[in-house]
Amino acid sequence: MAIIESAVPSHPVGPLLRHMGRNRAITLCCLFLIVLVLLAIFAPVVAGDPLKIDPAHRLSSPEAGAIWGRDHLGRDVFARAVYGTRVSLLVGFSVAILTTVFGVAIGVYAGLSRIGGAIVMRLTDAMMAIPAILLAIAFASILNAGLLTVIIAIAIPEIPRMVRLVRSVVLGVRSQPHVTAAISIGTSGLALIWRHILPGTMGPVLVQATYACASAIIASAVLSFLGVGISPEVPSWGGMMADARSTFRVQPVLMLYPGVLLSLLVLAVNILGDRLSDTLDPRKSRRTSL
Amino acid sequence: MTDTLSVEHLNLTFENENGAVLALDEISFSLARGEILSLVGESGCGKSVTAMAIMGLLPPGSAKISGSIRLGPTNLLDLNEAELRNVRGNRIGMVFQDPMTSLDPVHTVGMQIAEVVQRHRGADAKAARSRALEMLDLVRIPDARNRLQAYPHELSGGMRQRVMIAMALACNPEVLIADEPTTALDVTVQAQILELIGELKSELSMSVILITHDLGVVASTADRMMVMYAGRIVEEGPVERVFSRPSHGYTAGLLQSLPGYGSTLRSHLTEIAGSVPRLDHRNPGCTFAPRCRFATGHCNAPLPDAHEIGANHRSLCIRDTAVFEAISNHEIVRAWA
Repeated sequence: MAIIESAVPSHPVGPLLRHMGRNRAITLCCLFLIVLVLLAIFAPVVAGDPLKIDPAHRLSSPEAGAIWGRDHLGRDVFARAVYGTRVSLLVGFSVAILTTVFGVAIGVYAGLSRIGGAIVMRLTDAMMAIPAILLAIAFASILNAGLLTVIIAIAIPEIPRMVRLVRSVVLGVRSQPHVTAAISIGTSGLALIWRHILPGTMGPVLVQATYACASAIIASAVLSFLGVGISPEVPSWGGMMADARSTFRVQPVLMLYPGVLLSLLVLAVNILGDRLSDTLDPRKSRRTSL
Repeated sequence: MTDTLSVEHLNLTFENENGAVLALDEISFSLARGEILSLVGESGCGKSVTAMAIMGLLPPGSAKISGSIRLGPTNLLDLNEAELRNVRGNRIGMVFQDPMTSLDPVHTVGMQIAEVVQRHRGADAKAARSRALEMLDLVRIPDARNRLQAYPHELSGGMRQRVMIAMALACNPEVLIADEPTTALDVTVQAQILELIGELKSELSMSVILITHDLGVVASTADRMMVMYAGRIVEEGPVERVFSRPSHGYTAGLLQSLPGYGSTLRSHLTEIAGSVPRLDHRNPGCTFAPRCRFATGHCNAPLPDAHEIGANHRSLCIRDTAVFEAISNHEIVRAWA
């Protein structure tokens, strides 16, 4: 059979990348994300000063100096949008990583310990009873203003979701015969979790992490829009939309630029998560499709 | 012959909020070196639970266990979890019923076999890998070198069961417990796997506990058999003795239920009426009596200990003579006589 013939030793990353290359949705999303990441990193090279106020050219249309026009204080909208990418991506990725690390650790514990699991579940119930954005606003107001505060404030309400997901997957995986079989050959504690339980949770965790990333990007925009957390002069998409509100009738595009960027970014992250989970599932036999 | 494993007065109770269930009742048996001992009985009679108890895989909270399980001089029931882990896979290997789900889908089979060796022998990755290759060869997997890289879903059921056997045997255990190793496989593959277990037993001079509900498997593979019913050993002895002189109403019932014997082509399959009793309240008499054709009033009185029928052949049944007389004309019994 073709499957067997292709079973040559190779590093799994090679085929994975090739598979992703063949999937147009993944390619597009990845390209978009890469462009945004590059823009965020090289913002000073690509764009002008996002803070420079130029009252003489308030709300001016696109021109050579500012290709997306200027806002109500005469700041370069393109430069602000490019710099705003930094906040969105930083918050999105950091929250995804924090949520994954803490969520998986707590979730695995909750899935393996009976009493600990019960306590953790009640705590997550309590936290999930409060809308995430309210909780984030509360945390952001308690802690000192700043990027770190925003990240923590958004990550904390996201963690219970991850904990629940991981726990439910662990409960399923742990009772599977292959885990009993692994115990029966003497595999113990951490090795059992690391080699036989964690890999089974990775698909769902990855998807949940991308959702956490996407919702964190939106939440950070919401917080900036409401003026909580990051100080208003730091360029962020949420802040730009808040600024554009007052001049919406005169220059509606000022609202459009950050809004469309935000939507596209969230969409790309979500699609990527969906497709990745399909690709990474070992039972969906990626070898046969290569 | 020396005993590799001896189980004495093993009692096991599962407790939950609704009360206690007596899963094993005074189980005692021993396993000689190089012997295949078969545990036979219907679902829920305690076969698999006996295996789980030996492996120490029972849920620690709800299972209450007493008696002794000796592997050589050590009583496995005295060991703590860390010491037990050094026994599992190292001195006792286990093969499970369903090879489709008993292998981890995210690792290659080579890695899974190597894991056992690394865990118990402290071998480095390279040595473990070559041991894995050796094991795949041993269980007669063709083209073993390439199969090391295969994921479980790329192998057939029979191949996966061979991999499970390779994993269980990678550290040369003294005892192999095979819990219905052929139930999930089709008939031709069953025969190959049983043959393999028999051959490996001789090659590696280990002892095997073969759990099955298929008397055909027992007849073709095992040296000695134990018939279990509702948590008790009702009859035990060398296979040829038990088949030639069935001495318990339940054994007789099992033999008569085999298709193709004593029945014409289109006749109904013989069955044992009724079902396994609930295990939460126990009558002191024979647990099989309510379903037994040979039962009399005496069977409900407290049961004496198992008595010798012949050499190494023991039965719990007080009506063993009547049972044997009734079944002595059965084809299988005559064939083994």
